[in-house]
Amino acid sequence: MAEISIPRVAVTQAQAGAASAQSLIEIESLSLFYGATKALKNISVTLGERVVTAFIGPSGCGKSTLLRCLNRMNDLIDNVRIEGSCKIGGHDIYSPDVDVIELRKRVGMVFQKSNPFPKSIYENVAYGLRLHGVKAKSDLDTAVEKSLRQSALWDEVKDRLHTSALGLSGGQQQRLCIARAIAIRPEIILMDEPASALDPIATARIEELILELKKDFTIVIVTHNMQQAARISDYTAFFYIGELIEFDTTGKIFTNPSKKQTEDYVTGRFG
Amino acid sequence: MRLRFPPRPHQFFAVTPSPQNESRRSHGWMGIHRGHKARPGEWLAEKFIFLVSLSAILMVLLIFLFVAREALPVFFGQTNTALVQKPIPPDEMDKHSAAELAAYLEITPEQFAKLPKSTLRTLMDIKAEGQDDIPENFRNDPDARINTTEWQYLVRAHQWTDYDKPEYIWQPVGEIKKFNIIPLVVGTLKVTLVGLLFAVPLAVGAAIYVSQLARPRLREFLKPAIEMLSGIPSVVVGFFALLVMATVLQSIFHYQTRLNAFVAGLALGFAVIPVIFSIAEDALTSVPRAYTQAALALGASRWQTAWQIVLPAALPGVFAAAVLGFGRAIGETMIVLMVCSASVMSWNVFDSARSITTTIAAEMAEAVSGGPHYRILFMLGALLFAATFVSNMIGDFVIHRFKLKLEGKR
Repeated sequence: MAEISIPRVAVTQAQAGAASAQSLIEIESLSLFYGATKALKNISVTLGERVVTAFIGPSGCGKSTLLRCLNRMNDLIDNVRIEGSCKIGGHDIYSPDVDVIELRKRVGMVFQKSNPFPKSIYENVAYGLRLHGVKAKSDLDTAVEKSLRQSALWDEVKDRLHTSALGLSGGQQQRLCIARAIAIRPEIILMDEPASALDPIATARIEELILELKKDFTIVIVTHNMQQAARISDYTAFFYIGELIEFDTTGKIFTNPSKKQTEDYVTGRFG
Repeated sequence: MRLRFPPRPHQFFAVTPSPQNESRRSHGWMGIHRGHKARPGEWLAEKFIFLVSLSAILMVLLIFLFVAREALPVFFGQTNTALVQKPIPPDEMDKHSAAELAAYLEITPEQFAKLPKSTLRTLMDIKAEGQDDIPENFRNDPDARINTTEWQYLVRAHQWTDYDKPEYIWQPVGEIKKFNIIPLVVGTLKVTLVGLLFAVPLAVGAAIYVSQLARPRLREFLKPAIEMLSGIPSVVVGFFALLVMATVLQSIFHYQTRLNAFVAGLALGFAVIPVIFSIAEDALTSVPRAYTQAALALGASRWQTAWQIVLPAALPGVFAAAVLGFGRAIGETMIVLMVCSASVMSWNVFDSARSITTTIAAEMAEAVSGGPHYRILFMLGALLFAATFVSNMIGDFVIHRFKLKLEGKR
């Protein structure tokens, strides 16, 4: 590969890092039905450990639905039926003996709209820890500080930990949600358009944060913003009307996609 | 000087100067200065709605004024129930003021002013003769000389003749009328508290279940079913409590008085549950789903989510529901009237009780219009009004504080 142009160098580095990643999530011929509507069609994909995978695609293509399959948040919706298998670390998360609570402890989630609880900043981060049995004040304090530092929020809130989280700005609230998600040390963090409601500066901070978190967590992110996908992800999956059209390293998807539909989408011809 | 926008070449439509256009322009730029004249219908509707809401406030105020006005003589000490009074000889009428005479004759100053002198004189004669008819045994009874509508007899215990110790007694009929309101206040609070202690946990629990835990199909059935309870007339609830609940509860708890505040409280609870449930359920349902989702995604069970996240977030609404339930319970008349109505001064819930509303409903028809008993019943009404008003105010204040705290503004 002698003819690699300069922009692609970075890509190949990411690729190299990604290539060494172990597979963590294995989705095999997964289909999902909302009643009679087939929202996901026979999806098979394997996602690596400690990499950022982006799901892109036009609205209604099923990327969020697939994301929510990974921590079984779709269980909350009535009339949802799932076929096929989804394995995390070799265990089928849809097998009857799986404890959904344990699964969600290991697969955290950050939502599109920041949704801190109407409690204090401290309590927001500590809530998950308390749920999972951490009681000692000192343990909670350390874990809360660690999570807030890791989500780059500590310096901004350390003097007002016990004031309501709803007094924070939108960007801060979203970082608080990330802190809340990582406080319980999940293995995987699912992010559903985490920056779509934020201004560019707050978005940039979230993106930096994601790149930072990649060292410790496996991240799957749904995004509408293709630049964002290109900036932060190692792998990208392109969905269209419930189908996985193409999955490859981000560099390849954005510079040399093998499918026409992908090319049309990433170059902005539709979607 | 009024500023006018200069005509610009790129206006939306070409304006050629003509007398007609000129007149339109005088209203200002694109009619911007025409204000409500541009939309008279909306203006009228708005003012009408404003008037309606104003009249609601006015109605409340007027009702209170009416009730309080009837009770005024009690507040001003113009009523006298002393059986043995120092008679005013009819010949000495002119030596006393009109107010004194009106009180003596047990009529209002207005009535007094309207009556001709000859009638008044007759009344004075009757009154003086009445004093002679007082039974012999009361003549030396100190109780017969007491004006029982004085404040100390209304709110403090008094040792009446033949009693061993000072007691609170409501006994508005008989030769010596005893108007102590404390048994009624205690009875009201006793019944209301039992009712709320029973209704609030049940109603809030049901609201949590229906809004958070129940499957949608079950919810569609449960919600109207519980709310239908409020459609049962309180007479029917009272009837049921009187015949069925009282017997069943007595066979369980083995208390002595079959009809007591406990039975009344439970029956009251049934009447209040749908009110509290309905509002609490709305409050819980309107908690953003984002909170629920966040908690579930953190690995909380549905139960933990409902208790630890949704309920605290809906607390202002749930509290409002409880306050409204309190208002409904304290104002509920029929159930308490049917189930228990002896005015016993006792905090024991297994004793009977007589609430303020019950007293008013049961005795107003027998009370002589304008007499001391009548006045005191109105005073009780005003008291009840003030109590609910204050409880609502406090409730509102607390809810407001809660909300600010939740929104992070404090």
